[in-house]
Amino acid sequence: MRERKVPAIKDGTVIDHIPSRETFRIIRILNPQEFEHPISVTLNLYSKKMGKKGVIKIDDRFLTKSEVDRIAILAPSATVSIIKDYKIQNKIQVKLPKELNGIIKCSNPLCVTNKEEVRTTFKVVREDPLEVKCHYCEKVYTKDELEFMRK
Amino acid sequence: MTFKGRDIVSIHDFTKKDLLHILKRSKEMEEDKPELLAGKILSVLFFEPSTRTRLSFESAMCRLGGKVIGFSDEKVSSVKKGETIWDTVKMADRYSDVIVIRSPIEGSARLAAEAASVPVINGGDGANQHPTQTLLDLYTIQKAKRKLNGLKVGFLGDLKYGRTVHSLAIALSHWEVGLYFIAPDALQMPDQYLKDLQEKGIPCIQTSDVFSASKELDVLYVTRIQQERFPDPMEYERYKHAYRLDRSLLEHVKKDMKIMHPLPRVGEISPELDETTHAAYFDQAGNGVTVRKALLALVLGR
Repeated sequence: MRERKVPAIKDGTVIDHIPSRETFRIIRILNPQEFEHPISVTLNLYSKKMGKKGVIKIDDRFLTKSEVDRIAILAPSATVSIIKDYKIQNKIQVKLPKELNGIIKCSNPLCVTNKEEVRTTFKVVREDPLEVKCHYCEKVYTKDELEFMRK
Repeated sequence: MTFKGRDIVSIHDFTKKDLLHILKRSKEMEEDKPELLAGKILSVLFFEPSTRTRLSFESAMCRLGGKVIGFSDEKVSSVKKGETIWDTVKMADRYSDVIVIRSPIEGSARLAAEAASVPVINGGDGANQHPTQTLLDLYTIQKAKRKLNGLKVGFLGDLKYGRTVHSLAIALSHWEVGLYFIAPDALQMPDQYLKDLQEKGIPCIQTSDVFSASKELDVLYVTRIQQERFPDPMEYERYKHAYRLDRSLLEHVKKDMKIMHPLPRVGEISPELDETTHAAYFDQAGNGVTVRKALLALVLGR
């Protein structure tokens, strides 16, 4: 099957090369219900490198660093392109930071980050498969166990 | 190597070189040094009950000529009024030269270390870390066996929830050791730790048969089945009497095998073993003072 083009956007952001199974999780962390601009999602696009991939296009909206970091956690293969007047202005390969600050919630109810006002910090202990460790209670989580902070 | 101003929060923060340095200083602390910490004040912030850890820290500070302030029950502190750990530590930071904190909240010692400018020592943060226990365990093994390399160490009991087991296994992995994990399947060592140990090339054997495993061992580290860590009371009832060591064990062990236990024990080791040459658990508790003296001196730069 040949790759099919997804409708182009005039201004906004394109997140490409997302493993298909992570696409909906990425949409969720972007909180699409909180903005009004159109968002289009395509799943199961053929990709030579990835097999199946997902693409998310968001009109008139650009991502924050925290959002790009969240995408890097779920889909380290993803690229983020900024589109202006139908042209790619800037395309970046997301990069998993070594330390994740204020992005993930610690699921351990006894962790101090759930008891006092403390910004969470997780250290990446393994990239593939992803494992992160809470800086405070030292619990280790895999990608599927991660709970993102509400913004 | 200087430890001055350093926090003692987690065994994961220490290299082999650090551990060797602490063991060396601990040995020196077997001798009395009554003036070493004269004029220094230790804050003991204990948000949950503890006997050995608190008393041995206080004893260590007194034996080095220092003074102790603090509380051992959060009901008598402002925490009862809703004060946070952060604020309590900020206050103790201004009242003392070093702080020991114990709390059921996991990660509280790391947070305390961030709040304080003086060194903070973790006296146990829930099911997470209790590094001074690990260091005194390591010191006890080295003192009893005169080495760490080449030992076969068995862990018996609650290996799933037992933080002392997790930390000691990680600390021992700096040496060439073989580890035996002896527990019912449901209380076996968590995969996360097994994976770390295997990556370091440490041979690990899991079994539920204490008698056959004990034949090989140089040290048997026994832990209590901890009721307070079990999320399900039924699960605790099922396993609370899983093991009880008595004289019948001794037929199966090496002559110089040592039995350790972080204490308190609640029936895992029969008192009839106390007077045997195998029992090392009361010496282990005594070593708590020696190792804590070393740690207090080190972080205070003395």
